[in-house]
Amino acid sequence: MPKSISRLLIFFLLLFTSITSLAQDFNNGEKAEMADSMRSNGKIYVVVAVLLVILAGLIFYLVSLDRKISRLEKEKS
Amino acid sequence: MQKKWWKIACVILLVYTVVGGFLFDVPALRQLQETIRNLYFHVCMWMAMMTLFIVSVIYSIRYLRNGNYLFDIYAVSYARVGILFGILGYITGAIWASYTWADPNNPGYASFGSILREPKLIGAAMALLIYFAYFVLRSSVPDIDKRARTGAVYNIFAFAMLFPSIWIVPRLLPSLHPGQQGNPGLDFRDLDNRMRMVYYPAIIGWTLLGIWIASLQVRLTKIKDKTLLHA
Repeated sequence: MPKSISRLLIFFLLLFTSITSLAQDFNNGEKAEMADSMRSNGKIYVVVAVLLVILAGLIFYLVSLDRKISRLEKEKS
Repeated sequence: MQKKWWKIACVILLVYTVVGGFLFDVPALRQLQETIRNLYFHVCMWMAMMTLFIVSVIYSIRYLRNGNYLFDIYAVSYARVGILFGILGYITGAIWASYTWADPNNPGYASFGSILREPKLIGAAMALLIYFAYFVLRSSVPDIDKRARTGAVYNIFAFAMLFPSIWIVPRLLPSLHPGQQGNPGLDFRDLDNRMRMVYYPAIIGWTLLGIWIASLQVRLTKIKDKTLLHA
């Protein structure tokens, strides 16, 4: 296995171990009402904003691809 | 940009899905809590995949009926994007399951080992692998006509295998995945009214996104294979 791939694998392995330990912290806390507290802080809007940006980026990319293909179609015909 | 209205509808529905999916009230179920919001994303991936695979198999049948190479392009493109959505559905499902099924707070706590034995997961993996084989098969046939013909026949077989592997068998076996007694997401008595307001638009939005990507793939292949199409 090339060095870069094994490095990447280790990276992802470490990434996922940290995720699971984080989840345990949440679950072993007094309450598992993580979402409710997110709401009371009003921070759920942060998540909405992040997702809207991702969606906007993806759709922008799709639209630009669509345009490019339309241009190609015109050139070739 | 061609035929713009449904693309605009797709964007509006997806924005509505993200905003409504996070901000609207959902019923707090004991184990799922707020993760029920995944219904708007994870389940919609599978719905979009099913739609794309249905379109794909219809084009495969049409190809076999009249041998028009254009229909083969359609079948391949839709199957390709269908697989993409299937993989996304599988990954999101794995994440969701690892925080709800294999949760120490879960009364019916299930270990990771038992999650891996989940019939729904194995069935979904089988269905996806069968579709992977569709592309392996296609790329291993150098002759274009033969490739299109074997591909179309295999696509019908893959579509037929989709039903036992993701719809029938998981329901015959004990499973943690919802849907043992029917279609939980589509059952009118089962789904909370508040969730239906977002869920149905979400399905349409994600499906339209899949169709949009597939249509781009089709148009690109049409440009690439121009000489073949007019031969």
